[in-house]
Amino acid sequence: MRPHHLAALAVLPFLVPAVLSAQNAGGNAEPRRLDSPFRPPVNFVEQNNTPAIPPDVTDDRRVARNYPEQPPVIPHNVRDYQITLNNNQCLTCHSRRFTEAVQAPMVSITHYVDRDGQTLGAVAPRRYFCMQCHVPQTTAQPIVPNTFTDLDTLVSRPSDRGDRR
Amino acid sequence: MLDRRDFIKAQAVAAAAAAGGISLPAAAQSSMVAGEDTALKWSKAPCRFCGTGCGVMVATKDNRVVATHGDMQAEVNRGLNCVKGYFLSKIMYGQDRLTQPLLRMRDGKYHKDGEFLPVSWDRAFDEMASQWKRVLKAKGPDAVGMFGSGQWTIWEGYAASKLMRAGFRTNNLDPNARHCMASAAVAFIRTFGMDEPMGCYDDFEHADAFVLWGSNMAEMHPILWTRITDRRLAHSHVKVAVLSTFEHRSFELADIPMIFEPGTDLAILNYIANHIIQTNRVNKEFIEKHCNFRMGQKDIGYGLRPESVLEVRAANAKDPSDSKPIDFDAFAKFVSTYTLDYTAELTKVPKERLLALAEMYADPKTKVMSLWTMGFNQHVRGVWVNHMVYNIHLLTGKISEPGNSPFSLTGQPSACGTAREVGTFAHRLPADMQVANPTHRAHTEEAWKLPKGLLPAKVGYHAVQQDRMLKDGKLNAYWIMVNNNLQAAPNSANETYPGYRNPENFIVVSDAYPTVTASAADLILPAAMWVEKEGAYGNAERRTHFWHQLVNAPGEARSDLWQLMEFSKRFTTDEVWPAEVLDANPSYRGKSLFDVLFRNGNVDRFPLSEVNAEYANDESKDFGFYVQKGLFEEYAGFGRGHGHDLAPFDTYHQVRGLRWPVVDGKETRWRYREGLDPFVKPGEDVRFYGNPDGKANIFAFPYEPPAEEPDKDFDLWLVTGRVLEHWHSGSMTMRVPELYKAMPMALVFMHPDDAKARGLRRGSEVKVMSRRGEMQTRVETRGRNKPPRGVVFVPWFDSARLINKCTLDATDPISKQSDFKKCAVKIVAV
Repeated sequence: MRPHHLAALAVLPFLVPAVLSAQNAGGNAEPRRLDSPFRPPVNFVEQNNTPAIPPDVTDDRRVARNYPEQPPVIPHNVRDYQITLNNNQCLTCHSRRFTEAVQAPMVSITHYVDRDGQTLGAVAPRRYFCMQCHVPQTTAQPIVPNTFTDLDTLVSRPSDRGDRR
Repeated sequence: MLDRRDFIKAQAVAAAAAAGGISLPAAAQSSMVAGEDTALKWSKAPCRFCGTGCGVMVATKDNRVVATHGDMQAEVNRGLNCVKGYFLSKIMYGQDRLTQPLLRMRDGKYHKDGEFLPVSWDRAFDEMASQWKRVLKAKGPDAVGMFGSGQWTIWEGYAASKLMRAGFRTNNLDPNARHCMASAAVAFIRTFGMDEPMGCYDDFEHADAFVLWGSNMAEMHPILWTRITDRRLAHSHVKVAVLSTFEHRSFELADIPMIFEPGTDLAILNYIANHIIQTNRVNKEFIEKHCNFRMGQKDIGYGLRPESVLEVRAANAKDPSDSKPIDFDAFAKFVSTYTLDYTAELTKVPKERLLALAEMYADPKTKVMSLWTMGFNQHVRGVWVNHMVYNIHLLTGKISEPGNSPFSLTGQPSACGTAREVGTFAHRLPADMQVANPTHRAHTEEAWKLPKGLLPAKVGYHAVQQDRMLKDGKLNAYWIMVNNNLQAAPNSANETYPGYRNPENFIVVSDAYPTVTASAADLILPAAMWVEKEGAYGNAERRTHFWHQLVNAPGEARSDLWQLMEFSKRFTTDEVWPAEVLDANPSYRGKSLFDVLFRNGNVDRFPLSEVNAEYANDESKDFGFYVQKGLFEEYAGFGRGHGHDLAPFDTYHQVRGLRWPVVDGKETRWRYREGLDPFVKPGEDVRFYGNPDGKANIFAFPYEPPAEEPDKDFDLWLVTGRVLEHWHSGSMTMRVPELYKAMPMALVFMHPDDAKARGLRRGSEVKVMSRRGEMQTRVETRGRNKPPRGVVFVPWFDSARLINKCTLDATDPISKQSDFKKCAVKIVAV
């Protein structure tokens, strides 16, 4: 299956719960049960079976950010990556001088700026631990959908046909 | 016609848009640059998560948050956020936000075993008030209680304190901060006579050495970790020591890594004190002028139920806080048994590392910053271990100056600002005052314009005691706000859940999301969160910071402040105050609690016209006056003029927070030292003015073992804790898809050899079992946490896998804070 079809399938788990949304307004709703959405219909007392540990997504495909300053997620394997006092394996591809050879995106220019706003010749020390902000993604599918709407979607809603209120 | 390249591109864009939940009308593709329609309104706010208190800029459009980023002007983080902070934009938009009150009902009436049904706020408060009145009438104020939070805004905590103490006349009010930093707060008061750190985050740029005592700042305080990383990597002389019971991400920066046996940090600290004394590096002038020495109480028990064998056996479980004065020589003699040999053997830390650590403190030329959070505080000897770290800073005089700083970190955004400064603990009043002190109560009655003698003197139930009393049927009407205690509390299956479901009890949970705790409630009240209300938090460095309401809450969700104040309207003084108080003060008769607590001439003093017209303020609009300003100004009156000084309300909306005491418009970065702290007079040099004699107390305490240790049946130490991607119980961060996908479930981290010895490997499904309960999960042997043999680590963020069913409800007997770091478990294959 081609990648864009996979992506289209991946969206399904978001859509299904959206249709089943329980929080409908109005005082005369049908009787229904409310449990923690992480464990329906289980309650505190019952034990869950545990799904397998999901693997990381390692398809190397960039994921669009929700807004410009969101740190991009990591789309490749980082298992056993060393980031220590002596070595930062992420920077062996993502720092300026290596990006041409490996065709990795260069770390953002913001990462060259120190606490006092000075741009340095290399990545600022305070940005050293990459995974404080950039995290890999597993294939696990969120149980609760999120209705955050990004700016582009907000400003490109269907036309109100000139009826600006 | 599309050529092949255009076609592929169109497909890719559509797929990407679908994956991101983005609809993409053709017309939108032309607006690639910012035009009028993409103009955003940017406002400042503190981050919603930990006690670091980063500043964020929040962009809103059409009543929705559309972006956030680190605030360049915020001194704490200067433009940075951690991964949680960068995803703040999404925390309010989990699809299952609670939008209307839900009451357990059967046949149209409340029923303890009923199904949750939506009801109006009126119906919800009617039921709640009738339950409160039933309980008050039958059993009096001691049977009513509230469990609050270090996530309450300052005015929410303050309003709750007024409602509980002055309204319902009970001190059965405690914050979840009890689980978090009660040990730190108690030790501050006992050492310095005043709560909270003397230093501030500026110490990060001044210290030569950093010591993490059981703290994993790389994950739990990532932005402060960036400041340590910055200092360490940019200055080659700087050293970092990391102490823990297992290896974690902070070890990546460690010059001196140390894995010690659980609980033996007490011995390491006494060894350091001994080393300082033996090598003649005591700052004699400093201790002579500024310190007292005291011998602490030994064998104080473990804060379990009194009938527990460990309590019966302990010699001093009844008066654990006692101490008596001694001199320096007696202290020196006391710690002299903590030799390098003894300590290395007990702790299993190599001698050369212990020595290198001790030298960081002993060397007068090294400016050292000690940092700790839950490793110290969630400790059956949490108060002791906090005292012990002050001991070594005081012995050397390394305190209250840039870079020399014992620094207690906090886990919640307003653990300091609300739980501690406002005083929402069962024993506290605003500005470090105590409910047991008649002078403090009288002062509070006066400030609150209440009749003399109204406030109760009896210290209320602390967090763990509340759970026990709910279970035992002595606490019956209970309101839980902004916390997820059924997931957070220790030994929850035996000591927490039974109390919530006890048929005698009525449990109310106010939250933004349907948490595990909410699922065990009788009434759920939907809460407005974060920038859906005007708020104020106080971070770990005494920084008070404010934000405006930026968007409206969904549906009928209302802020905790609104809920507290609105509920107070349902009671009259005649219903809840004693007849003798009303007989002596007849002008208070027939008034509602709302009238006497919030329309008292202070809180309702500022008109709506003072609310910034650019921002909504739902509570003020509803009540008809500037609620937040009135509450804040009344509250600030408690601290002004004696070292807790807060700036005027309006100032905080202009600045990126200020560190109290704020005197003549200036914040205070280092307290207790002349020239840095306006409360220290010229010529005094250093004065710990929280204590009447101006001196700090150095306490002698021994090493004592934890409440439970591994044995042949339960052969592993269980350490619980947090992870970078999720904040505490995960009710917000597990609803952010990127954070969920990064860390979807709580695994048990264990040594590969420990796994192998049990026939397990990475991914094996197992039960983590203690004498109290069990939790099912899978084994992780190669994750970021690398426990030594004999230790396992399980995080508690996952509501589907509740590790606190296994933990032990032992507490520090002095602070009453539970120990989530040390109990015995076994691991068996499912």
